[in-house]
Parts: sequence; structure tokens; C-alpha cells
Amino acid sequence: MPLKRKIKELHERREQVLKGGGDKAIEKQVAMGKLTARERIISLLDEDSFNEYDLFVEHEARDFDMDKKTLHGDGVIIGTGTIYGAPICVFAQDFTVAGGSLGLMHSRKITKIMDHALKMRVPLIGINDSGGARIQEGVNSLAGYGEIFFRNTLNSGVIPQLSVVLGPCAGGAVYSPALTDFVFVVDKISKMFITGPEVIKTVLGEEISMEDLGGARVHSEISGNAHFYAKSEQECFEQIKKLITFIPWNNTQKAKAFEPKEPNERFKIENIVPGDPTLPYDVRNVIRAIVDDSDFFEIQEFWATNIVIGFGRIGGPTIGFVANQPLVLAGVLDVDSSDKAARFIRFCDAFNIPLVTLVDLPGYLPGVDQEHAGVIRHGAKVLYAYSEATVPKITVILRKAYGGGYIAMNSRHLRADFVFSWPGAEIAVMGPEGAANIIFRREINAAEDPEKVRAQKVKEYKDKFANPYVAAAKGYVDSVIEPAETRTLLLHAIEVSDNKAVTGPKKKHGIPPF
Amino acid sequence: MSEKKSKTPKKEVSFLNIDGTQYKTRLTGKFENRTVWDKPDDKKLLSFIPGTIIKVFVEKGQKVKKGEKVVILEAMKMQNKILISRDGVIKQVYVKEGQTLPKGGLILELK
Repeated sequence: MPLKRKIKELHERREQVLKGGGDKAIEKQVAMGKLTARERIISLLDEDSFNEYDLFVEHEARDFDMDKKTLHGDGVIIGTGTIYGAPICVFAQDFTVAGGSLGLMHSRKITKIMDHALKMRVPLIGINDSGGARIQEGVNSLAGYGEIFFRNTLNSGVIPQLSVVLGPCAGGAVYSPALTDFVFVVDKISKMFITGPEVIKTVLGEEISMEDLGGARVHSEISGNAHFYAKSEQECFEQIKKLITFIPWNNTQKAKAFEPKEPNERFKIENIVPGDPTLPYDVRNVIRAIVDDSDFFEIQEFWATNIVIGFGRIGGPTIGFVANQPLVLAGVLDVDSSDKAARFIRFCDAFNIPLVTLVDLPGYLPGVDQEHAGVIRHGAKVLYAYSEATVPKITVILRKAYGGGYIAMNSRHLRADFVFSWPGAEIAVMGPEGAANIIFRREINAAEDPEKVRAQKVKEYKDKFANPYVAAAKGYVDSVIEPAETRTLLLHAIEVSDNKAVTGPKKKHGIPPF
Repeated sequence: MSEKKSKTPKKEVSFLNIDGTQYKTRLTGKFENRTVWDKPDDKKLLSFIPGTIIKVFVEKGQKVKKGEKVVILEAMKMQNKILISRDGVIKQVYVKEGQTLPKGGLILELK
């Protein structure tokens, strides 16, 4: 056969496979408001940058008449491409082929691209849209999942791993996203759960829809399993692309720095924070007043909103921000906000992203539910993550920093590199009211007018201790600064921390309070 | 998701007391819907897992001894023998054979 004819044959074979599950299945996919797997990859990656591999992979299953079935690409697409020039490894499950079900060869394609990503030290993006295990392939299918989870863990902290849930991702399958660094979900399309509505109905008699059980909003607001929520697939891809600009390709590199830009003048830092420590404000506006172009990219925007995490740039390089949010629950630490902050701190530390912590919190959330839910071990994660982190760690105390909250929020004692404090800050064991009630209990109770004495004692305590100078006198705060100086000082602190090198004692790994 | 279950931060401003200080702030749905703690009543026998009652061994007014088998609760394909944790007389049995129970569902009460 002349080469020309062989090339023609190649074209024909390709064309056949590229049809995926065929026109009918594609129609169904479109009717569900979803793009096809190949469309998704093409929308996500730079134009004409995608190269597909393992197009001609076929399954070897024989049981249950599987030998009579051709499943194009075995229901998954893998390949490499770029996002804003950054190299990316990607896989996308193809729901039009046998419901994107995972069989042995399907999983081998995924693990192949995962291994490639690790070897090449480039980010991995997985697009999940699958009905689950391919039952006909039995334990081979389970083996496939296990091989994926193992690699997710192996790759963790070496290359960034992003999961995009664009369809069902249920049962064991959903543990792959859970093991990765960032999970993206889309309204009405993403469905994630361990046991589905049918099982719950059988076992419990509770009727619940997939959407209410494990839809995009549920995981963005209630469970905290998702990091980014979008209204459409297109919006989701824009979020992924933006995230890629903030993170490095791997743990030996730094994120690419951008041209420095001044923050928008609209955000006047000295006007955002009220003087009275009991009044709320949106701490995100403080971040916007600090970061380049006022561009703050928030993560987990709708979950545990009493703490704010996300990326911004200061003078070019990416910075990870952790900030108490006085607007919600007075900015307390609790079970969920501790989990949220701790995981983010560990991501930044693994990928050489300096941390800036903005502190304004009254302490921990009181409550039986919090104590019984394990606020002790969850809260400990924040202490662990900050203590363990060796990237540059800079703290700015905006207003109040009381008690255990003060220690946890990247205090000097956890080896913060720089601790700045605004002049109105109150750094103390607790708020003046609580402290005065304890210290002066006898005098207050013995007084003719307890309320008058109480007010007087609160004022005394406030004047003497509710300021940053007691901590500054001990060197726990390096510098008391004007709010307007914050960005300039952070620029400097980041610049002089660029070569930070610390080494701890040798160990296999620590044992964080998971 | 119904409005009641929505966990988005409420827009209206409330107050939260931490160590004697009232902070003006928003409350989250999760905080407002948190489960209020009740002291456990050891006269009430609750299911520890969601499941189905497949056998009831006792009835109203019956004397029971600590460790006595009272029902079999099938959950996750496992038949669990449920034993009573104290001596007493049964005030009421709230379940029938074949009935499904949620976690924490009331099985019976002692006098």
C-alpha cells in the first residue's frame, strides 16, 4: 500500500474515533447543557495547542458481551497543551462513550498522563464527567481508581493538580478530586457524592435530589469540597486559566511574576477599617487596596466566609492571602475556617508562594457544636500549617488579635518573618470587656454601682493593654505602621525575603492533625 | 435548595458575643441552623445508625434487664443486636418490624 493510502486510512480511523459516542450520545450531552469532552479541552487550552494521545486505545473486556462493543478512546481523552503558554497535562472523561464509565484501559490512559505530568513537572488538569465504575470490568475498574488515587497522592505538592467536575462524579471516583489541590464546579452540571439519592432513599427513606445532595452550590457553600463555583462551563474555564497565571508549574519553581501595577485608587486603605473593634467591614477591600491592580482572586468564596483566602500580587510576584473577615461571624476561627486556611497555607508553602496574613479576630467561635465537632483538632491545623511553612511569612495586625487567635494567625511565635501592626491594633489575651470582668471581678461585684466600676475598669484595661505597643516592646511586633504604609512595607518585606532558606530537623513527614 | 437551608451569609447585620463583647457582624446559615445540644436521656433508646427494624423482642410494660436484647436493627447489610443499657420497665415501644429509622431515631423509652 502506498503511503498516501496509509495516510488516508489514518484519517479515516481518526475520524471514526473523534465521533466519540456518536451523534445521538452527543445530542444528549448537549441537551444536558454540557460541552463534549473534546470541546472542553479546546475551550480551556490555548488555541491549537492541544495534542491528543492514546486515541486508538481499546478495552480488552470480554465478559457480558463487552467483546462486541467498541468504545472509542475507551471513554477518556488525554493529551498535552498550554494555557497562556504554560505547559499542561490534561484528561477529560467522555460521557458520550459508555457514560464515561471507568474501565481498565480508561484508567491506564489517565494514569499515563498523570505520570507524564509528574515526570515533566507540569500542572495536571482532570475533567471529570463519568457515571462511575464500568461494572462489566469488575475489580479491574476498582484497580483503575486505586491507581489514580495513588498518583494523585504521589503528585501532591510536586505539581499543581486541578479537578474540574463537569457532570456526575460519584462513589469512589470523587476521591480523585478530593485529593487534588483545587476543585472547580459548575451550577446545575456538577454532581458529587459518595452515596447517591437512591441509596439514601433506600437506607433512610429520605428523598433528596442530586442537586440538593451534591450539586455545585452544596459543595461551594456547605461542604467546602469545591474551591471555585461558576455559572457556566465557559466561566469555569476562565477561572482555571486565571488560577494557572497565579501558580508555578511545579514545586521547584516560583509563579511567574507580572508587571507591577499600583492598586486602584478607589480602595483607600485608611478609610476601610472602622476604629471601633466591634464594627464590621469587608477585609477583601483591604486586600484590594494592597495588591497590584486591586486584583484579588478569591478561593472558596462562599464557604467558611469568616476567613478569606486567595491570590494577589504585590509588585509582581504571587502572594497567598489569609485574612480574618470581620463582616461574617466577627471573623472568628471555627472548624470550617480553620480547615480552609490550613489547606491553603500548605498549598502556598508547597509551591513557593509567600504568605501575607491580615489579622482582625476576637478568637474562636464558642459553642457545643463547635467543641463536639472537634474545633480543637481542626483549629490545630492552622497552628501546624503556619509553623510548618517555610515560605516568607508576613503578618499585618489590622485591629484586634486576641488570645489563641493571635497566636494562630501567623504570630512571631510561629516564626513569622515580619509582623507589622497598625496603630489601632489591640493585641491581648482577650477583649477589654472579658479581661476586665475576670481581673476586676471582686472590685466590680463589691462596688455600689457595679456597672460604673465595670466601665471604668474596662477603660483602664483598654488604655493600658489594648494597643500594639506592649507586644512591640517585647519584639513580638517588629514595626507599628500607618495603614497607608502597608503596601510599601509589604513590597519591601517580600523583596528582602526572596532568598529565604530555613531547614528543620530531618524527618520522614510530620503528623498534622488531619 | 430551599431558602431555609441556604448557607449563604445573611445580608442583614446581627450581633455575636465573644468573651463579653458584642460584635456587629453577619451570621452564616450554618451558624444559625447549628444543632442545639440536648442532654442525652438514658431512658430513651435511639438508633446509632440509619436502618430497618427487623425484629422487636419487647413490649410496653415489660421489665428489662441491662444487656437484654430489645430489637434487631439492620443497617448496611448487617444485623445489629440492640441491647438495653440499664434495668427498667418499658414505657413505650415506638417502632414496628419493617420500619426504617434515621440515625438518632427513637426506638423505645423506659419508665
